[in-house]
Amino acid sequence: MVHLFESNGYYIAVDPASGSIHSLDEVAYDVISLFEEKTEDEIVAALLEKYRGRPDVTEDEIRECVGDVRELKESGVLFSEDEFRDLEPKDEKSPIKALCLHVAHTCNLNCEYCFAAQGKYAGDETGKRPALMSFEVAKASIDFLIKNSGTRRNLEVDFFGGEPLMNFDVVKKAVAYARSVEKEAGKNFRFTLTTNGVLLDDEVTEYCNREMNNVVLSLDGRREVHDRFRRFYDGRGSYDEIVPRFQRFVEKRGNRSYYVRGTFTHMNTDFTRDLFHMADLGFRELSMEPVVSKPGDPYALTEDDLPVLFEQYDILACEMLKREREGDPITFYHYMIDLTEGPCIYKRITGCGSGFEYMAVTPWGELFPCHQFVNDPEYSLGNVFEGVKNPTLSEKFRNCGVYSHPECAECWARLWCAGGCAANAYHATGDISGIYEYGCRLFRHRLECAIMMNVAREEEKQD
Amino acid sequence: MKRIKTVATRDLKKSVKCGGCGECQTSCQSACKTSCGVANQKCENSNK
Repeated sequence: MVHLFESNGYYIAVDPASGSIHSLDEVAYDVISLFEEKTEDEIVAALLEKYRGRPDVTEDEIRECVGDVRELKESGVLFSEDEFRDLEPKDEKSPIKALCLHVAHTCNLNCEYCFAAQGKYAGDETGKRPALMSFEVAKASIDFLIKNSGTRRNLEVDFFGGEPLMNFDVVKKAVAYARSVEKEAGKNFRFTLTTNGVLLDDEVTEYCNREMNNVVLSLDGRREVHDRFRRFYDGRGSYDEIVPRFQRFVEKRGNRSYYVRGTFTHMNTDFTRDLFHMADLGFRELSMEPVVSKPGDPYALTEDDLPVLFEQYDILACEMLKREREGDPITFYHYMIDLTEGPCIYKRITGCGSGFEYMAVTPWGELFPCHQFVNDPEYSLGNVFEGVKNPTLSEKFRNCGVYSHPECAECWARLWCAGGCAANAYHATGDISGIYEYGCRLFRHRLECAIMMNVAREEEKQD
Repeated sequence: MKRIKTVATRDLKKSVKCGGCGECQTSCQSACKTSCGVANQKCENSNK
């Protein structure tokens, strides 16, 4: 199997099983598309007919191209067989290496589309459970992570919510505690914080720019788009308050990593306008995600939105290439694929690690497979004081890699996607071993764009 | 090859031997939080 596609005037072949990528001209594109079904003579006849009148497409030229395709097949970079289906993980019981700490199940914004129900995660509304994580729970979480991390050196902690800055004191204490023990434990903590920006004052800015390896700043784009959902409880939009804070933050961030991250919905399928608006505001590291919603929600993405979204991703890729040429680049999370230094095969077949390498911790210390399963009683894994008490569930997530999904077996993008998001699959099909087909279609199109951008850079380098 | 240019990509077969250290970033921790993929994860294995 080979995936052939045309994007932005480039003809591209992807060999799914080896991860190889080839930039083609249209003749080679046609040769590859016919290669497995026709004899060499039939291919020559078909293409001589198709390219009649083209002096550069002769019988010898076509035969030479067929020979090249045969050579690439023999080299294992075209029409290759998948040799990784039975690959066993190197670590039978890979340890836990990342926690998402829900330090605040409350929020100072009241965003209608929030998958976390304004931080309350459907179930905390009664006030019976603490909305803010205590330092005791945060400390126990750090200890739990170190204890269960085996030989892993790099450990990740993400401060999440709700709005984590509503519990900034515990964030600071948790970071200080982790730093105080990491050396002796032989670990290297990396911290991330996701914020809506409302409490991002100078003190927080200075602190985050010192301690956080990555900061995710939530902004949906244009004022009217952002303020449609991201409002205070009194109904005011938050755009005017947070944008200057984000600008100050990024200005002081230097070259450390950050993302300005937006959510697009059915209401703004022209989301590239929002990304370019972010760029106009001075932000350069951008991310924009499709909304997570129930099918009946008025802002849920629809089937009819898909062609529009595909076109938007195309527009974005072309514009990013243009800005690169002009010396004023922006980055987009989903287009940042590194073809030579990207993940190894183990990562590509295992997936995100939710439920076994990565877990979310509630303010009261309960463990869930990830932030999107929080407060679903069927998905409670245990707690940071007693550890994982439902190893069967953890195993289910461990065994949910790309080859566990029959639908993925024939998907050309499987070794870039790794089987997709378990939470998306669960919400779409009721089972983590299902697939979220809508998300798959978006993923494949984004990946085509990202590959095209790499091909375009290579071609431009050679010109 | 006149009509085909192979773009440099990581040798996945080779990574069977040298990969799997697990030191790379967890996919969802960085920016997306809602639609995982591993395509943009950097390899952190110093012995590859």
